[in-house]
Amino acid sequence: MNKPSQRTAADMAPEQKVKFYQKGTFTVGNRLVDADSRNVQSSMDRSNAITSGHRACQGCGEALGARYALDTAMRVTGGKMMAANATGCLEVFTTPYPETSWQMPWMHSLFGNAPAVASGMQAAMKAKGKTDTRIIAQGGDGGTVDIGFGCLSGMFERNDDVLYICYDNEAYMNTGVQRSGATPGGARTATTMPTDADHPGNVFGTGKNLPRIAMAHNIPYVATASVAYLQDLEAKVEKAMSFKGARYIHVYVPCPLGWGCASNATISLARLVVETGMFPLFEAEHGAVTSTRPIRQRVPIEQYLKPQRRFAHLFKSPQGQEAIEKLQAMCDRNIKDYDLLRETEETPA
Amino acid sequence: MSLPTTAPFAITVDVGTSLNNHTGTWRTERPVYLDRLPPCNNACPAGENIQAWLALAEEGDYEGAWHEIMKNNPLPGIMGRACYHPCENACNRKDIDSAVSIHAVERFLDDESRKQGWVPRVPSDLSGKHILVIGSGPSGLSAAYHLRRLGHAVTIYEAGPVAGGMMRFGIPSYRLPRDVVEANIKRIEDMGVEFVLNKKVEDIAAEKEAGGFDAVFLAIGAHLANRAYIPSTDASKILDAVGVLHDMETAEDKPMLGRRVVVYGGGNTAVDVARTAKRMGAEEAIIVYRRNRDQMPAHDFEMDEALEEGVIVNWLTTIKEVGDGGKIMVEKMELDDNGKPQPTGEMDELEADTVVMALGQNVDTEFVGRLEGVEIKDKTIQVDNQFMTGHPGVFAGGDMVPSERTVTVAVGHGKHAARAIHAWLQADSYIKPEKPEIADFDKLNPWYYTDAPETVQEMLDVERRKSTFGEVVEGLDETNALYEARRCLSCGNCFECDNCYGVCPDNAVIKLGPGKRFEFDYDFCKGCGICAAECPCGAIEMVPEEI
Ligand SMILES: Cc1cc2nc3c(=O)[nH]c(=O)nc-3n(C[C@H](O)[C@H](O)[C@H](O)COP(=O)(O)OP(=O)(O)OC[C@H]3O[C@@H](n4cnc5c(N)ncnc54)[C@H](O)[C@@H]3O)c2cc1C
Ligand SMILES: Cc1ncc(C[n+]2csc(CCOP(=O)(O)OP(=O)(O)O)c2C)c(N)n1
Ligand code: SF4
Ligand code: SF4
Ligand code: SF4
Ligand SMILES: [Mg+2]
Repeated sequence: MNKPSQRTAADMAPEQKVKFYQKGTFTVGNRLVDADSRNVQSSMDRSNAITSGHRACQGCGEALGARYALDTAMRVTGGKMMAANATGCLEVFTTPYPETSWQMPWMHSLFGNAPAVASGMQAAMKAKGKTDTRIIAQGGDGGTVDIGFGCLSGMFERNDDVLYICYDNEAYMNTGVQRSGATPGGARTATTMPTDADHPGNVFGTGKNLPRIAMAHNIPYVATASVAYLQDLEAKVEKAMSFKGARYIHVYVPCPLGWGCASNATISLARLVVETGMFPLFEAEHGAVTSTRPIRQRVPIEQYLKPQRRFAHLFKSPQGQEAIEKLQAMCDRNIKDYDLLRETEETPA
Repeated sequence: MSLPTTAPFAITVDVGTSLNNHTGTWRTERPVYLDRLPPCNNACPAGENIQAWLALAEEGDYEGAWHEIMKNNPLPGIMGRACYHPCENACNRKDIDSAVSIHAVERFLDDESRKQGWVPRVPSDLSGKHILVIGSGPSGLSAAYHLRRLGHAVTIYEAGPVAGGMMRFGIPSYRLPRDVVEANIKRIEDMGVEFVLNKKVEDIAAEKEAGGFDAVFLAIGAHLANRAYIPSTDASKILDAVGVLHDMETAEDKPMLGRRVVVYGGGNTAVDVARTAKRMGAEEAIIVYRRNRDQMPAHDFEMDEALEEGVIVNWLTTIKEVGDGGKIMVEKMELDDNGKPQPTGEMDELEADTVVMALGQNVDTEFVGRLEGVEIKDKTIQVDNQFMTGHPGVFAGGDMVPSERTVTVAVGHGKHAARAIHAWLQADSYIKPEKPEIADFDKLNPWYYTDAPETVQEMLDVERRKSTFGEVVEGLDETNALYEARRCLSCGNCFECDNCYGVCPDNAVIKLGPGKRFEFDYDFCKGCGICAAECPCGAIEMVPEEI
């Protein structure tokens, strides 16, 4: 295992650090930068925490996001880590009994109690004197913002030394695309069918912004990430592992099946959701935002909605149009709140 | 199924790995790596592999980069300055910010080669064949160079006192310094190509016979000035452009052009003469052209530079008559609905000490036409796809054959003809390799390239440009050249960015290590297509599986 490097999220953001190396600056590997500052995902010895043969759908963003996050954590901890997993796609597609894809100690529990199980694992390690073994808990958006919410809040409140990673695909995908508290307004799911013009998909105004709720617990570290911004995601996991106590990372992971998008659109949608302003990428420490990632190429929300069948009905009625406008307003609000259009120094030195 | 005695309670099956589950069977499309043709390479008339040498330069291997250029083009110092760089018009980067300044990097590499004394690779074994090249312009030089690289002995017969053709006697030195031309030519001489100067060929068959040559490449260019009939009472006032530019080079009698110079024509040559006149001290250099700027064949940047230097243009004007004391009658023209200039009858008078005709050049076809089998059409020598004339063993290229007349096209002809001659000597013919599919902009994923605008080449101060023949456009230093090379997007060819390796949700891309690229693991690839969508340069294609 390579020794953990000393990078921080801020100095790894490529457009701040890499100025001179144009070709492929935003790619997974950038052969023009020092080997040390390249992404874990570009290395030939990454751990592939989830190995091939798993049964995730073609183009699954969750499989990708989990490997990105866990390989980084494996690198940073030198392999000394274990994970608890809530029920959900990630759990089901990696472990159809008796097969497993996990290349690390991994424990399945229930749909609603992964944070509590992780707290227990951490306590057990402490009891055994293995304080250098780090614990990660992971779950889908349903498991996190809905059924596991109470356990999660308790884990935050106790400030247990656990990194909780939520893979947000904006619905209960494993059981057939039901709405969760993280499903966006206007989206079609099996339980929010656009039945007539007055019911254009999921209602607005409900749902939960879990990163903000996590921040309200004043825990040491909270961050949002997207599978389209690998450098950023890896840096955030690495940063999270530098803290003791409860930490939370919310990773945006497209689901081609549940969203009705092409299987090759996973990365591009994960990029568009950020470039529209819909899903701001930021970090917070002890309840206060410490960094945000500016938009690089701003795009209107339609460009993000159009490739997804779960939003197709919005383009067919005036009520749908209103919903689109509301979504755009949410983007605009984020852009303002997080100052996402500020000038950056992307120009070469 | 085994039931180990040590198995914990309630576990009935050993833990297995998901690697037993070959998800490759899910696939309906498979990703494949491929190399597409970069648009710059496709556009280069000399057939340079631009992308390959930019990639070497980008890593600081300037010598490797220079050798890569020399595989196709023996005159990079000249090309980096005089070539109109069609590669840059084709460059995909122009759709992101601005084209890669290919010519500037090429120029830097040649400057570097001269500083470091790099020499082209020459085979030590000779084929025993001897080829005569007639004319030492870019086409003749290129053919000689490539024939020499193919192992043949080469002799060049050149009518003029020095080698270089229009690179010496046409293109003015403020655009193409002569030390660069000399150095690029000297390199070819040092490879063992024999130059016989001041030898004007009149009878091709006789020269071939007398010298015992196995084949001949003709590259005599187009030097005869086109004349338009203009009534004139004082013919001594009328000069032709190629003549003026030629005389600029012969040290003793530089042409006396006077204070007011009128140039007739709208091509690059007209612009060159007007700019030369300015530098020779003319207070006024006026270009008279019968159409408007949009229709002018001269390149935009040249026209811009000329205007900066104070050259004046009378658009939509023709010369009717040159009278006593340099009084010139001009007529205003107007464009008809088809964009053709039509006379208006409106006359005006201009004064000039000299009138220079820049109305194009013709090939001296006469002595070539005497060769049996040679066909002349549209005042040019006809050749087949092997660049061979109707006379077996006599090939021709450059300005004398039908095609665009540029230095780079001439070099391309020379290269192609050299290969064809090489094949012909073995009773074979040269077949150009088929071009792969072009990597158009829509094959790229431009997100992955940072915005990095083109480096601007510094220009000589305008005041100095009006009075001296110093080079107008300055070169790049190493930092700038490296920066510029790194702007290349590597269109169509993997540059090992690791994207495909990173973005595959199924770990189905195998990284083979630096320089070895990647392989797909079709046992596990589900065919989602993310790798192809996220490859920045379009080096992956999805092809349907046979199901
Ligand atoms: C003013 C001017 C500016 C130009 N600027 C540019 C430019 O910026 N960029 C560009 O790409 N192109 C430019 N061109 C065009 C370019 O110079 C020509 O296309 C190119 O030089 C043609 O090369 P060539 O080898 O066919 O002929 P040439 O360069 O004309 O060379 C022919 C050679 O053959 C010799 N020769 C002729 N007859 C005989 C004979 N009977 N026996 C022996 N030797 C003979 C001549 O002396 C000459 O050396 C310019 C042309 C002119 C006139
Ligand atoms: C108590 C309980 N209720 C319901 C379920 C069924 N169930 C399993 S996974 C799942 C949804 C998971 O959704 P999410 O957490 O968003 O993960 P995803 O599958 O979308 O990744 C449900 C409802 C269960 N396992 N346990
Ligand atoms: S970006 Fe590079 S490979 Fe692409 S056209 Fe321009 S110079 Fe050629
Ligand atoms: S990303 Fe992976 S699974 Fe998808 S097509 Fe490419 S190699 Fe196959
Ligand atoms: S994604 Fe990158 S590494 Fe993969 S083929 Fe394209 S250029 Fe090469
Ligand atoms: Mg979910």
